[in-house]
Amino acid sequence: MFDSVLIANRGEIARRIIRTVRGMGLRSVAVYSEADADLPFVREADQALPIGPANPAQSYLDQDKVLEAARDSGVGAIHPGYGFFSENADFAQAVIDDGIVWIGPSPDAIRRMGDKINARNLMEAAGVPVAAGTREPVTEPGEAVAAAERIGYPVMVKTAGGGGGIGMGVAHDEESLAKAFEQASRAAARFGGTPAILLERYIERARHVEVQILGLADGTVLALGERDCSVQRRHQKVVEESPSPGITPELRARMLAAAVRAGEAVGYRGAGTVECLVDADAQDFVFLEMNTRLQVEHPVTELVTGVDLVEAQLRIAAGQDLALDATPTGHAIEFRVYAEDPKRFFPGPGKIALWKEPTGEGVRVDSGYVEGNTVTPFYDPLMAKLCVHGATRAEALDRARAAVASFALEGPKNNLPFCAELLEHPEFVSGDYDTGLVSRMRS
Amino acid sequence: MAEVRAEMVANVWKVVVAAGDAVEDGDTLVILESMKMEIPVLAEDAGVVAQLKVAEGDVIQEGDLIAVIE
Repeated sequence: MFDSVLIANRGEIARRIIRTVRGMGLRSVAVYSEADADLPFVREADQALPIGPANPAQSYLDQDKVLEAARDSGVGAIHPGYGFFSENADFAQAVIDDGIVWIGPSPDAIRRMGDKINARNLMEAAGVPVAAGTREPVTEPGEAVAAAERIGYPVMVKTAGGGGGIGMGVAHDEESLAKAFEQASRAAARFGGTPAILLERYIERARHVEVQILGLADGTVLALGERDCSVQRRHQKVVEESPSPGITPELRARMLAAAVRAGEAVGYRGAGTVECLVDADAQDFVFLEMNTRLQVEHPVTELVTGVDLVEAQLRIAAGQDLALDATPTGHAIEFRVYAEDPKRFFPGPGKIALWKEPTGEGVRVDSGYVEGNTVTPFYDPLMAKLCVHGATRAEALDRARAAVASFALEGPKNNLPFCAELLEHPEFVSGDYDTGLVSRMRS
Repeated sequence: MAEVRAEMVANVWKVVVAAGDAVEDGDTLVILESMKMEIPVLAEDAGVVAQLKVAEGDVIQEGDLIAVIE
């Protein structure tokens, strides 16, 4: 086992990883930008190295600076967290070439899954169901029109290399397709990666359900249950829960088996997530994409299975065998506490004047900030993840209501009022909801 | 005359109009970026862009004047 880990990330996930690294008796090393010098993850690491200005391109996304920090601190391994370098095969390869352990899947697996068109084709070949869509990259608006006519409207337009919902759009006709194509192309050019666009049949009233997989050092791929992530705004997740209230045991079994096949198809090692769209009425599903990294919402799985996924990642990266009992118990829900207004969900950075996290039976808060910190406009708006666990979904909802109500937060605009509203919404409370829920709440 | 002000701390990513341009209600004046999100700032009235107070790359604070429409 390596003796030290550099966390190439920031905020709540850096803090979360440091907790496990230190708990395993290993040395933790943080890197931070000028904008983040006062955040708790910098203080809580055994060592913290400044790597440049606030702009991510000049700090967290500057490969040379991160690798230099790794050499200077003499770490044995690098954990990328999520976002930033986590799905960057070239960075993973550079880490390995430097003689440092990369805590993640192989660069080859990242590359094959990172291109969504390639991933779709690979999954289809492995017998995992995919939605009707384009098998080749679409680069011209004219091609997009022809493809959409073949697939049938509505279609989802997205970037082959993108993630986190950026650049995604739904088109119901040729006119809206032109707009969605233009938006996706712009996002692809702006956020790097391939300019390729793909189109897929859009399923209305779908649920977004994903399976957590863990590829062990010996090559075995395990499925650790699912998370339902259907509460979304702008195609980005706000609330996740496990088990999904919208799938039958029979569908769950099929989805978990397909996720294992997906992992096996690329020789997957470490933690990964197979995202699917579920047609709840038909109780059927299609593969959406695979995230070759730790997921923001991983605590949901940790709460129901009792498995520390970060510890599992570290042990797998070190080549150790794992003896896991991942039998799920009870129900867990995560609420992403974003610095954004609760009506239109527009960003609301600012200084945190008051911050008191809820506590209590079954409550876990993973946060990136403390009172007095400033939430800056340079990074994503996630301030904290408020997670609850209960014996039943009803108990988890009750605990969530109490926890949201007792979270004292002043300063940045925040979506806690939205979380409280959601917890009283009949669709969410019933469990019978889909990815259109938030739009319906705001229309 | 209508003053258009920033609703949040943000970077000015794109300036879409120039001083002197005629705009319609709902036209995009500038596109801000904050927390990895593009936020279009729209004209709330038809008129002419009398003043444009920001340039691409500027960091603006909540309440800062972006443009004046007359």
